[in-house]
Amino acid sequence: MITLRGVGRRFGDQVVLDGLDLDLPRGEVIALMGPNGSGKTTLARLLLGLDAPDAGAIEGLAGCRTAAVFQEDRLCAQLTAVSNVRLVLDRGVRAAAVAAELALVGLSAESMAQPVRELSGGQRRRVAIVRALMAPAGLVVLDEPFTGLDETAKPLVMAYVRERCAHRTTLLITHDRAEVEAFGARLVELAPPG
Amino acid sequence: MTSTTAARAVGVDWRRAARPLLVVGFWVAVWQVAALVVDQPILLVGPGGVLVRLGELVVTADFWGTVAHSLGRIVAGFALAAVVGVLAAALAATSRVVDALLTPLLTAVRTTPVVSFIILVLLWADSGQLAVVIAFLMVLPVLYTNVLEGIRHRDRTLLEVAQVFDVPLLRRLPAIDVPAVLPYFSAGCRIGVGLAWKSGIAAEVIGLPQGSIGERLYEAKIFLSSADLFAWTVVIIALSVAVEKLVLALLGRLERRLARGRAA
Repeated sequence: MITLRGVGRRFGDQVVLDGLDLDLPRGEVIALMGPNGSGKTTLARLLLGLDAPDAGAIEGLAGCRTAAVFQEDRLCAQLTAVSNVRLVLDRGVRAAAVAAELALVGLSAESMAQPVRELSGGQRRRVAIVRALMAPAGLVVLDEPFTGLDETAKPLVMAYVRERCAHRTTLLITHDRAEVEAFGARLVELAPPG
Repeated sequence: MTSTTAARAVGVDWRRAARPLLVVGFWVAVWQVAALVVDQPILLVGPGGVLVRLGELVVTADFWGTVAHSLGRIVAGFALAAVVGVLAAALAATSRVVDALLTPLLTAVRTTPVVSFIILVLLWADSGQLAVVIAFLMVLPVLYTNVLEGIRHRDRTLLEVAQVFDVPLLRRLPAIDVPAVLPYFSAGCRIGVGLAWKSGIAAEVIGLPQGSIGERLYEAKIFLSSADLFAWTVVIIALSVAVEKLVLALLGRLERRLARGRAA
């Protein structure tokens, strides 16, 4: 279990997180909602080790490998979809296994062979999602993972993410209550800043 | 239909390819007219005279030995500067102390007149390896500054991805770091190759290492042979352009390899 106790983070005079207590039980999906500026992404960065809290403590992260879908796709533009995913995988995972996974979210073999800079926004989003979910991680942070997906692709991708997140410690940041329900996730709401 | 389009496309390419030749032709014509006006081959030889002299030179073994002498040393100085520049920039990017020590030093090297270094090297050592040292010293600050700039302009969001997913350094380098730094390094090389030749040959003219292009230029001055001076200058320009093209071609190849993810 990953526990946060009294976690605070401020940027200058602006208090983003203040005395936050949160438990992320092992193997559970926690959905995080809250208005803009309530500290959702800040919390994600603390959990991913990209930032440190000013107050309080986060426990249970030692030795825990992490994976994430960021708000932006954050892919290596010159590499193909398969190379982007393999970059974060342990040695020994074959390209064919990655291609099979990318096919599950609807990427064609043709688009997998192109540099991702030539893919559409929705295709790149799916590559970023597969990268996060194939990575050998104990904690997965998904920061608004389904934005930029068109309505036809979204159900397919959501089903894929739901299946791959089952029994994994996952933090799903979202603005959409329907996503929370679809994942059967425990909902945590952050208060607006102030 | 298709063949007409293709023919037209070829026609356009021809015109584009001919443009630099026309420009060169224009300036060669200006040179010829100037030589006719001056009418003193000792002061200004015409393009024809230079061509004849070049023809005489290239058939001698001495010519190729001289070219090899200077080419080898200047390329060695450039290559050494590339290796040291990249390593020093990588160190400076990771350590504030190294950056604080190296950056002012290399700025000083960059602003020091090349002749000061030439005389210093001649005081300390013989002229045999002079061009290596001088080319190295002139190119090093350029490549160091450019590579450091490239390292500092890497995509921070991608570096965070590498951190979050715990990507090993040896896999991160070809995927994230090198593609970001390569354009800066290429720009530095473009400037650096020209600098290496100009400073290396200047050093040879002053230090007169035996069998070097610089020595030939010095002899051209002593014997008042502007045909030799121009012929060797054409050789230097050709060598400089050839080395630059070769370096950029190699870097382009590396870039394509990285894009295919082969090096990863």
